[in-house]
Amino acid sequence: MKHLISVLVENKFGTLNRVAAMFSARGFNLESISIGETEDPEISRMTIVTRGEDRIISQVLKQLNRLVDTIKVTDLTHQPHVERELLLLSLKLSKSTQHEIFELANVFKGKVVDIKQKSITIEFVGSPDKINTAIDLFRPFGIRELARSGAVAIHRGES
Amino acid sequence: MHNNGEKLIGSEIFFECLRRENVEYIFGYPGGALLKVYETLHDVEDIEHILVRHEQGATHMAEGYARATGRPGVVLVTSGPGATNTVTGIANAYMDSTPLVVFTGQVPSSLIGNDAFQEADIVGITRPITKHNFLVKDVRELATTIRKAFFLATNGRPGPVLVDMPKDVLNAECMFEWPENVDIRGFKPTIKCHANQVQKAAKMIAKAKRPLLYVGGGVITAEASEELRKLAIDQQIPVTMTLQGLGAFPGDHPLSMGMLGMHGTYWANQAVSNCDLLIAVGARFDDRVTGKVDTFATHAYKIHNDIDPTNVDKNIKVDLPVVGDSKDFLASLIEAMPKSREDRSAWIAEIEKWRKQCPLDYEIEPDSLKTEFVIDEVSKQTKGHAVVVTDVGQHQMWTSQYYKFTEPRSIITSGGLGTMGFGLPSAIGAAFGVTDRPVLLFSGDGGLMMNIQELVTAVYNKLPIKIFLINNSYLGMVRQWQELFHQEKYTFTDLASSNPDFVKVAEAFGCKAMSASNPEAARNAITEALAYNDGPVLVDFRVIRKDMVFPMVPAGGSISDMLLARLNPKTMV
Ligand SMILES: Cc1ncc(C[n+]2csc(CCOP(=O)(O)OP(=O)(O)O)c2C)c(N)n1
Ligand SMILES: [Mg+2]
Repeated sequence: MKHLISVLVENKFGTLNRVAAMFSARGFNLESISIGETEDPEISRMTIVTRGEDRIISQVLKQLNRLVDTIKVTDLTHQPHVERELLLLSLKLSKSTQHEIFELANVFKGKVVDIKQKSITIEFVGSPDKINTAIDLFRPFGIRELARSGAVAIHRGES
Repeated sequence: MHNNGEKLIGSEIFFECLRRENVEYIFGYPGGALLKVYETLHDVEDIEHILVRHEQGATHMAEGYARATGRPGVVLVTSGPGATNTVTGIANAYMDSTPLVVFTGQVPSSLIGNDAFQEADIVGITRPITKHNFLVKDVRELATTIRKAFFLATNGRPGPVLVDMPKDVLNAECMFEWPENVDIRGFKPTIKCHANQVQKAAKMIAKAKRPLLYVGGGVITAEASEELRKLAIDQQIPVTMTLQGLGAFPGDHPLSMGMLGMHGTYWANQAVSNCDLLIAVGARFDDRVTGKVDTFATHAYKIHNDIDPTNVDKNIKVDLPVVGDSKDFLASLIEAMPKSREDRSAWIAEIEKWRKQCPLDYEIEPDSLKTEFVIDEVSKQTKGHAVVVTDVGQHQMWTSQYYKFTEPRSIITSGGLGTMGFGLPSAIGAAFGVTDRPVLLFSGDGGLMMNIQELVTAVYNKLPIKIFLINNSYLGMVRQWQELFHQEKYTFTDLASSNPDFVKVAEAFGCKAMSASNPEAARNAITEALAYNDGPVLVDFRVIRKDMVFPMVPAGGSISDMLLARLNPKTMV
């Protein structure tokens, strides 16, 4: 099954490579990986999406922990969390499709970030599932290019 | 000796840090990126630099030193080819959890990434085979980095750590500051075992009727042999050891089952297959131990102690994991054992029956030489007290079967990686570390050639190592598989017409050498070699060429089904 793992790592040269290389060396699935600074500039947060049986996931978590540059490893899958992904979608634009595109973009709370005579770029934020759906629905209009950030995730706050 | 607050250049800081880490020996080889370091070395008197003849030799020497002494081995090599030549040794140390700190010179920081002369991204290359590695970008970070490197190499599960030092960093000046304390927030190994888990283990042990201890190199690393001995004897639990675990429990004790696994003893493997409780201590259920995992110790409740949590449930699902240092585990277990326990005499008698069914033995023939005889004879003449180094192949497995290891840190062998060429340099490293016990090497004729150049290092340093060359003029272990499993297609394993005269080779290096081809001559040569201490000595044992190592579990087979002798290939499927 799909797992969402959040890893705090040292914000150092080579850390991303260490993590990615560990996944490939041990044959673990790596669906997406995203990394960025946290409130502490010395620490980065990685969000990793991987798939596997429980036994494999338990190895993934332990192997992540074993890396010296990882500070904290959390499997968010079964914990309350918020998960988001950013999609930049560039579509072909014509008079006949314009209206429908705007309408659909609204449904997905998309934001137009660039518009030219024959193309439009829209930004979407949502769960990876929602992003998948958006891509499917926009496909008929003609996708010129798209870029996805991979998931980022965080614990939900205490109530 | 320098003080905190002194202005020093990188290469001076380097040696000052090694001094403070109590380094006795550096195994090294100079080059362009290290010229400043070697300049500084000119005036260093309290750390001995051993000049090797190939950087792979340096890493294996450092490994031999580390395994013999329990202290980290230190390697110093130049950038590019010097660094890449250490890769095999680093991988070997990683697989066998040997503490090494490998220092590599690097091209100047400003040239990194430019395909500069003798540039190799050694940090990138060694990432998957080191416990951790560092590129030092600023001389002010050098001391802290070296301190961390030693700390990481030796704490928790030991392993190799590499420190890459650009030329400009080694030349740059800064104020020296020795960091007394190390804090690496991402590295907090669990040393102390969880008390509840230990309690549970103690209860399971007390009520087991057929318990078995399965002990690996972790017990030796943790220096827990005393605790192991006490637990096994008090509780009357037979002990079987992995290749790296040999010596953790005395091989001549009636409770010792010898090694388990592919070339383990028949009775140890039967004991694993029939035990009701398996207590794995400092071992990792390697595939050479388990054979087919589905049929491994199926009747047993399994307890697994290891300091590295990734070893738990990796190959075999266990019932009771206990993460922590093996010394702590065994000591707390002894404390926690209930007063009464099951009687184990029937179990021990059953194992004895298996031992009698298929003992390890061999026949002596007066005119030809069996490897088993050579190793058995060496074992007897040294009373099992030598430091025994091996290379990789048939002779290695025969050593594990016939040398009666009686104390820890007695076997030094490449287990995880199976690196031919490991033996000679490792024996050299061990001989620098150990002077109160003889250091012996059993090597094959194939493997000896892989690092033969280090004979110079042994001769030059007058190291009294005994090189026992088991010369079958075959890549024997490969030949054995060809005979058993590959229709006797002996491609490229017969070395008879290409091997050199090893006695002459040794003599050309200035090494004493002799040969023996029958039991009588072998016995005398062993006595003579053991008595010779003015430098290395090589004995070329011309053993029977086509002998095979038995018993054996074919790859992927169940350890309960061992080949006890050669099968008729005609009847094999
Ligand atoms: C560096 C390396 N290359 C290849 C092998 C594969 N291999 C394993 S054992 C062996 C034969 C070893 O022959 P020898 O050193 O003569 O020892 P013997 O088996 O005859 O005792 C080979 C080629 C290896 N283990 N290591
Ligand atoms: Mg051979």
